Amino acid sequence: MSDFLLPSLGADMDTGMITDWYPEPGSHVSRGEVIGVVETAKGAIDLEIWVDGTIGDLLVKKGVSLPVGTVLATVTEAGEAASAADGTGADFPSPDAAHPAGAVEPPTIVLGPPPLARPAESRRHVTPAARKLARDLGVDSDHLVGTGPDGSVSMTDVERAHTEAGPPASAGEGPPMDIRSAIAAAMSRSKREIPHYYLAETIPMDAALDWLASANGGRPISDRLLAAVLQLKAVAVALRDFPELNGFYRDGVFTAVPAAHIGVAISLRQGGLIAPAIHDVADKSLEQLMHDLTDLVRRARSGSVRSSEFADPTITVTNLGEQGVETVFGVIHPPQVALVGFGRVVERPWVVDATVGVARVVTASLSADHRVSDGGRGARFLRAVSERLQRPEDLDIPPRRSST
Amino acid sequence: MRITYRDAMRLAIRDALLADPRVLLMGEDVGLYGGSYAVSKGLIDEFGPDRIRDTPLSELGFVGAGVGAAIGGLRPIVEIMTVNFSQLALDQIVNTAALLRHMSGGQFSVPIVIRMATGAGRQLAAQHSHSLENWYAHVPGLRVLTPATVADARAMLEPALADPDPVVIVEHAALYNIEADVPDGITCDIERAAVRRPGSQMSLVTYGGSLPKVLAAADLLAAEGIDAEVLDLRVLRPLDFDTVAASLRRTHRVVVVDEGWKSGSLAGEVVARIAEECLFDLDAPPRRVCSAEVPIPYAKHLEDAALPQVDSIIAAVRQVIA
Repeated sequence: MSDFLLPSLGADMDTGMITDWYPEPGSHVSRGEVIGVVETAKGAIDLEIWVDGTIGDLLVKKGVSLPVGTVLATVTEAGEAASAADGTGADFPSPDAAHPAGAVEPPTIVLGPPPLARPAESRRHVTPAARKLARDLGVDSDHLVGTGPDGSVSMTDVERAHTEAGPPASAGEGPPMDIRSAIAAAMSRSKREIPHYYLAETIPMDAALDWLASANGGRPISDRLLAAVLQLKAVAVALRDFPELNGFYRDGVFTAVPAAHIGVAISLRQGGLIAPAIHDVADKSLEQLMHDLTDLVRRARSGSVRSSEFADPTITVTNLGEQGVETVFGVIHPPQVALVGFGRVVERPWVVDATVGVARVVTASLSADHRVSDGGRGARFLRAVSERLQRPEDLDIPPRRSST
Repeated sequence: MRITYRDAMRLAIRDALLADPRVLLMGEDVGLYGGSYAVSKGLIDEFGPDRIRDTPLSELGFVGAGVGAAIGGLRPIVEIMTVNFSQLALDQIVNTAALLRHMSGGQFSVPIVIRMATGAGRQLAAQHSHSLENWYAHVPGLRVLTPATVADARAMLEPALADPDPVVIVEHAALYNIEADVPDGITCDIERAAVRRPGSQMSLVTYGGSLPKVLAAADLLAAEGIDAEVLDLRVLRPLDFDTVAASLRRTHRVVVVDEGWKSGSLAGEVVARIAEECLFDLDAPPRRVCSAEVPIPYAKHLEDAALPQVDSIIAAVRQVIA
């Protein structure tokens, strides 16, 4: 039996609010199934479960702001003999004090040793001024990390939480969380913590666009590929040789991620933007990527992005070409360490073999974290992206999965 | 004009003697010897033995005489060599001077100023080194002043003499040699504490002889980026708590530095009021830096170790600011 916890769907998420919950107590859930909706600062996100099994009752109230890590339900995994909800057998009350009064405890048969009771959490030391400030700002001071005297939660900790999280919804029927504040918190943190460096490279696009025109020739409009898909794929494939640009920097340590889960910056109609991930971009065909991109944009704008798409982009690609700018220098989304920007495709005089001609070009930029990579490597990466875009036909073949 | 704290006290007494014929100075060795701390040096030559009166070695007797003179219409300044010996005069100060307005139903007031030295740091051993000014700060009916700067030494006596009730002025003996430029005509508000150094992250509350140490600590803290405000209580009774509270509302952290012993100290009173009135402004537990609870030792290294020092003040600040 395991606890299903409210996941952190991004480094800037501290709280969330369950607004929908689908499974009946005792019903079967399977890995990847969407079992509810959590409202976060970034909007409503579908909540996926990562085990197969039988789920118990929802242990929290809907519409109440909860800290990340709160137990939402218990799941008896497939293979464990007993059902969590058949109402028979020994009854071990859950030791978790976070369960609200009145919540029905699923009776549980435990095979093997009973779960260890968690030691009662010692009283958090929150200074009186910090407690007052937390109340004024609507911050839950009981779940902050204290950096004051003797590990106490100080005003500084509350202010930091307030800035980073944005104002969380108040308990109960709170107003929807403010995406502007979430962006403000994440971007402020980025500019405060990440020493960005910026590089740009002009990439000839004639080969890519010509190939695209012929590839789209026989397709209905709805199935046509966009240049953006080629760019995503080129970035993903190039990243395989530049692990220091693809991963997470947390607590002073960089962890490279072998797969390229590319966060795609999508502007929302109500303002603001989110950058959920398309997973395993390097391993997908262009057609699949086009489908995934269309689907993701549609779902982002209708507010049904999945939790895994929010939680794990390893790099972000932003394409402001459709807005008409030639170059974009982006702000890295922590804990990622790089962001690639593409501008508008423009016609420019271009020298090939000592002859001036007209070429369609695009400016690709890289914003990268200098704690993890250096400009020389960044330059080679942009170069590699450019080279991949000169051979678009190669991008259409799903490359073999890297053995690493 | 650049003068010492000692000069400042002498000039203040001289001004008072010149301004009001009812003023006189009395105490042990204030006349021919010029005062145990040389504050009254030369005054007997200028004002004569009637107004600069040497008294017998009997604190209870001469403070009582001063109280009688005050009731009778004079404005006596009585000097007691140190606060340690003022214990012998407690009955006159506490039972008579402080209470007579109350006991007489308002018929008599006692406009006396009692000056005394306090504090350690000069290897004078336990019987000459204690800081007992909080005893007087405990007593309703008294005003207790602790000039900590040359300017306050220069300016506090005049309003003290103007007070119709008894005033105790406690002078830290380690301050007599400090020097400062003091403009003519300077005044002092003996109702209010003074902010000696504005700051935003931390309130350091002190008074008297600890002020120079606290200011030195604040300078060192500033060098490492901690911006401390330094408050000089200046008036131990009635305590100007509003100034402390206003500072704390800005800084949310406080260390109180008091050369008295911690148990039953003035620092304890300040922290208690903070707890009562400012709890929700506190972002860290308040700390006190006081003298070790031992008789102040004679040996230099032990005496230094027993007293609040710049290092111990900084250490306390680090605990509070983490």
